[in-house]
Amino acid sequence: MNRIIKIIFLDILKNKIILAYTLILAILSWSSFGLEDNSAKGLLTILNIILFTVPLVSILFATIYLYNSTEFIELLLSQPIKRKKIWLSLFLGLSLAMVLAFFIGAGIPLLINAPDSVGIMMLVIGCLITLVFVALAFLSSILTRDKAKGIGIAIMGWLYFALLFDGLILYLLFQFSDYPIEKAMIVVTAFSPIDLARIQILLHLDVSAMMGYTGAIFKDFFGTSLGLLLSFSLLCLWIIIPFFISLIKFKNKDL
Amino acid sequence: MKKLLYIFLFFSSFLHANVIEVGANKPIKSIKIAISLAKIGDTILVHKGVYREGNIVIDKRIVFLGKGYPVLDGQKKYEVLSIKADSVVVQGFKVIKSGYASLEDPCAIKVYNKNHVVIQNNILDDNFFGIYIQNGKNCLIKNNIIVAYGKEEQQIGNGIHCWKSENLQIIANTISGHRDGIYFEFVTNSIIWRNISTNNIRYGLHFMFSNDDAYITNIFKNNGAGVAVMFTKNVKMFNNYFEENWGDGAYGLFLKEITDSHIIGNKFSKNTSGIHMEGTNRIRVEKNVFEANGWAMKIQASCVDNEIVNNNFIGNTFDMGTNGSLVLNKFDTNYWDKYEGYDLDKNGVGDVPYHPLSLFAVLVENNPSAMLLFRSFMITLLDKSEKVLPSITPDNFIDNSPLMHSLPL
Repeated sequence: MNRIIKIIFLDILKNKIILAYTLILAILSWSSFGLEDNSAKGLLTILNIILFTVPLVSILFATIYLYNSTEFIELLLSQPIKRKKIWLSLFLGLSLAMVLAFFIGAGIPLLINAPDSVGIMMLVIGCLITLVFVALAFLSSILTRDKAKGIGIAIMGWLYFALLFDGLILYLLFQFSDYPIEKAMIVVTAFSPIDLARIQILLHLDVSAMMGYTGAIFKDFFGTSLGLLLSFSLLCLWIIIPFFISLIKFKNKDL
Repeated sequence: MKKLLYIFLFFSSFLHANVIEVGANKPIKSIKIAISLAKIGDTILVHKGVYREGNIVIDKRIVFLGKGYPVLDGQKKYEVLSIKADSVVVQGFKVIKSGYASLEDPCAIKVYNKNHVVIQNNILDDNFFGIYIQNGKNCLIKNNIIVAYGKEEQQIGNGIHCWKSENLQIIANTISGHRDGIYFEFVTNSIIWRNISTNNIRYGLHFMFSNDDAYITNIFKNNGAGVAVMFTKNVKMFNNYFEENWGDGAYGLFLKEITDSHIIGNKFSKNTSGIHMEGTNRIRVEKNVFEANGWAMKIQASCVDNEIVNNNFIGNTFDMGTNGSLVLNKFDTNYWDKYEGYDLDKNGVGDVPYHPLSLFAVLVENNPSAMLLFRSFMITLLDKSEKVLPSITPDNFIDNSPLMHSLPL
């Protein structure tokens, strides 16, 4: 298993795209931290990277990579290796490379320029979001054999979580503004990993505003160590469940 | 030279005669007896020890001095010191455990309708009310440390409570754990200077119907609801710090029905709302720093003719909030860190006006739970398009000459 992870990891590193991704993240982060003497602008830039760029690149790159390595996977399957092992090592190799790219590109400037709770929170959440979207890529690529369709599903998934879901929430908020929906809203956020990530970072970044109004309700929930634990485990579920479904499908797939 | 010494000695023995000493190993052991023996102008010097004498009434013009912080214990039953004479000086005591009552207000030290009283260098611990000036004039409250451990608003009184008074000086006191740190009602021509009011249950400073007062260089930190100034004219608020007043309905500075006042050189940092204005007219907000607040300022539509000039707005979640579309206030030459304009002629003033009110601030005002969506990509997009073409936010909510660089404040 370790050997397969190593092969995949090295293969991805040979692929120049991931190096370009690291470089772009690094340039964005360093330049935005260097823009002003306080770290606020830089943190905002990295927040947007985590909520927007990281999911997109993770899901697209992983999906395309999986489709392109169909022949390699078939070759592996002809060997006496368990299917579970192959799929898991593919996942680990891919996510290791993506997390490393995020860590070097955005994590290091983050740790140097904002070495406080906000910075560390962002780093951890950025890594988790990478894993979530790699797992979603595994799901979307196993759903269909057609490459174009699979990439289409991946893009749709990203669009849904990055944009449509928030629009939906906004719509719900204003439609049901006469009802006490704050608690229901907390439950709804669990359905989007990006929202979970965003709220956790928000609680550290805009603490003064989040303490006011119903913000206090969110703070009471997400801000406590129980809420923190819960939202982290929800993010982990967002990694495990899509990957697990894809694993079952892969096991039973007629190749 | 010798003559001079004799004269000096003569006077010192003369002075000594007027001092009545109270202490465990002195002839007089009770403060009450000492007061009954004292003549006008005498000094009562109380030595270290614990005195449980119920309610002590000072009804003569005397100097009441404590040496080594003698403890006056109210045993949670009595008002400790009642001052019912002019020009009394109370200094150097530790007053603890005044009684609790809901009809009267038992205090550690209370002044009843008297003038020129000086209360300084005392420690007040665990009292219902700390220092209470009722209808006093020209009193000085200085260098006292006032601590209480209130849990609920109705169970605890105010640190320094002043009612219907004039010409008071409240200087360099430290107050914590009371309901309101400093409370002013119908107090005029007074000054609150260099006090530190922290961790009080309701307001750090509560101010009503008190015209022509100034509060300068105070620190108000971590109070339940910040500072409230209401129904007052001509207040001067200079160089104060308003910090970490967090929560629903907590404000750095809450202004209600204030007219003709000045807010200059203050620093508002990490409050849920820096300044909240309601029905305020003709106020000048100048040279203040707003830093890392949820809302730097909330100016309700009922405010008229206020001028907000030369302030720094740095790192606030929202710079402005309002509840309507009517804007009758003026914003000019402030520094906004969210300003994205340019300065082609390099005169330090941005060439495009700045709209400090974001669309999302308006959305959140109408529907607070929308805060959940803050900083999401969709909201950022909506905000950007609103900045270009204001449709929901009032288009005259505007700073026509925003500064490119922060002011050195």
